Amino acid sequence: MITFDDIVKVYPGGGTAVDHLSLELPTGKITVLVGPSGCGKTTSLRMINRMVSPTSGRVLIDGRDVAEQDEAVLRRGIGYVIQHAGLFPHRTVLDNVATVPMLLGRSRREARAAAMELLERVGLSTEFAGRYPAQLSGGQQQRVGVARALAADPPIMLMDEPFSAVDPVVREGLHREFLRLQQDLGKTIAMVTHDIDEAIKLGDLVAVFREGGHLAQFGTPRELLEQPVDEFVAEFVGRDRGIRSLSFDTAAELAVRPPADAALDGVELVLDASGRPAGWRRAAEPESLLATGGSFTGTDSLRLVTDLAISSPVGIAVRVGPDGKADGIVRHHDLVDYLAARRDHRPAKPTP
Amino acid sequence: MINYLSNNSDTVLSALRQHLYLALLPILIGIVVSVPIGYLGVRFPWLYHPLVNTCGVLYSIPSLALFVFLPVILGTKILSPINIVVALSIYTVALLARTVADGLRAVDRTVVQSATAMGYRRFRRLVDVELPVALPVILAGLRVATVSNISLVSVGALIGVGGLGQLFTRGFQLFYLEPILVGIILSVLVAGLADLAIVLVQRAVTPWTRYQHGNGGAS
Repeated sequence: MITFDDIVKVYPGGGTAVDHLSLELPTGKITVLVGPSGCGKTTSLRMINRMVSPTSGRVLIDGRDVAEQDEAVLRRGIGYVIQHAGLFPHRTVLDNVATVPMLLGRSRREARAAAMELLERVGLSTEFAGRYPAQLSGGQQQRVGVARALAADPPIMLMDEPFSAVDPVVREGLHREFLRLQQDLGKTIAMVTHDIDEAIKLGDLVAVFREGGHLAQFGTPRELLEQPVDEFVAEFVGRDRGIRSLSFDTAAELAVRPPADAALDGVELVLDASGRPAGWRRAAEPESLLATGGSFTGTDSLRLVTDLAISSPVGIAVRVGPDGKADGIVRHHDLVDYLAARRDHRPAKPTP
Repeated sequence: MINYLSNNSDTVLSALRQHLYLALLPILIGIVVSVPIGYLGVRFPWLYHPLVNTCGVLYSIPSLALFVFLPVILGTKILSPINIVVALSIYTVALLARTVADGLRAVDRTVVQSATAMGYRRFRRLVDVELPVALPVILAGLRVATVSNISLVSVGALIGVGGLGQLFTRGFQLFYLEPILVGIILSVLVAGLADLAIVLVQRAVTPWTRYQHGNGGAS
């Protein structure tokens, strides 16, 4: 557990970067510090490995004040990933990853063997081992950065805008791998980002900062979306937070109608030979088949169901079973009723 | 010229040997002195500009003047090779200290920062990360200093210690072209070879620079 205990950081010029911050980052979880630029999130992050020292207050790791520990030794036990990876341009990928184990006094052979394993772990083929950072794409460099931070198996990882410098498609992939990795490793992670969507997607807990180093709200992503404490958080979280909060619920409890009920809307769900949805046919135009645009299963999110219902040409989302066969439909109206009931924490039933 | 060389091989060889010694010893001294000075110029940013200015002034002192005045300052004999070695060491430092400082300043801030965050202490970070990354810049400066030294040694001939430069003075005294030609050719050859040697060393120790500037060939 990382504890910020009444931290204040005032710069010599008089600006307050962090204003009486008290925060607990639980062990084994991802805590994201998010906020507009100049809100003190990066400054706070860097206090954990003593890259910045607070004006007053203490930072504790598992109850031990970091200020009382040797800087270099402390840092070797904390992984650190930054925006452009900060790889050493003069070292091969393998030797970059082997850096901290070598600092810890392990032999070059041992360190390199461990590094090789990590490269695969972060999704890089070992053929990259002998290349130099300049030979890699931004996304690959970022992966090496993560591998390097993990090399000495530190219990804590600090990540400062780790995914900001790569394009959205690559970022998406890195997010997925990052979450998968964290599921295996269970590190205590503190991450800084200015991107609230990233914070909500990756964080177990999210700390929203506002200008002047104030902590505006600290809670789960769901709490932020559904119960923002004030206008600032509501606005920062974004306009479509209602839709986004639907990501947190699965469609498991959503009641569906039999596919034949599509007749209520004057359409018919056409199935292929194996019972999978093939398209919609309107009673008025029996010649043309409209695409379904996708289907959902019970484990998909309500957000996907809503999106399917809205984008469907007939306003109906199709549920499929594990075998891919259509086993139910959700009409626009049913969904609206369900969402209304969900708001009141009551499961809804379709009305005939 | 072949005749001259075969008749005077001892003279030419000893001149060449002295030339190499007088040019390269100051390079070694210069490197040893420049790295800490250049580092100080980065470690304490307020030192950088005074450092650059001092280097500029030192390098602008005419070599002959330095050769003549150093014995007075150092208390050495006017014909002592130490004068040349010290003078050329000063020029080397003037060129290299600034290059070292510039090279270290040009190291990507995020690289230094991530080294620190990984648990490098200051000295090891300098040796393991900052200096190696600054090496291409430093070696470029070293090439200039080396070629400059090799040509400056000849000036020493005017005060009696000048390696291949002595072949010039001898040729002028005797109105004899051959030693002058041999001196010039050998001097240029030595400068060219020394430069080439540094380029080869640079290739060997900084293989990563071949991929810089975005021509990486990432898959």
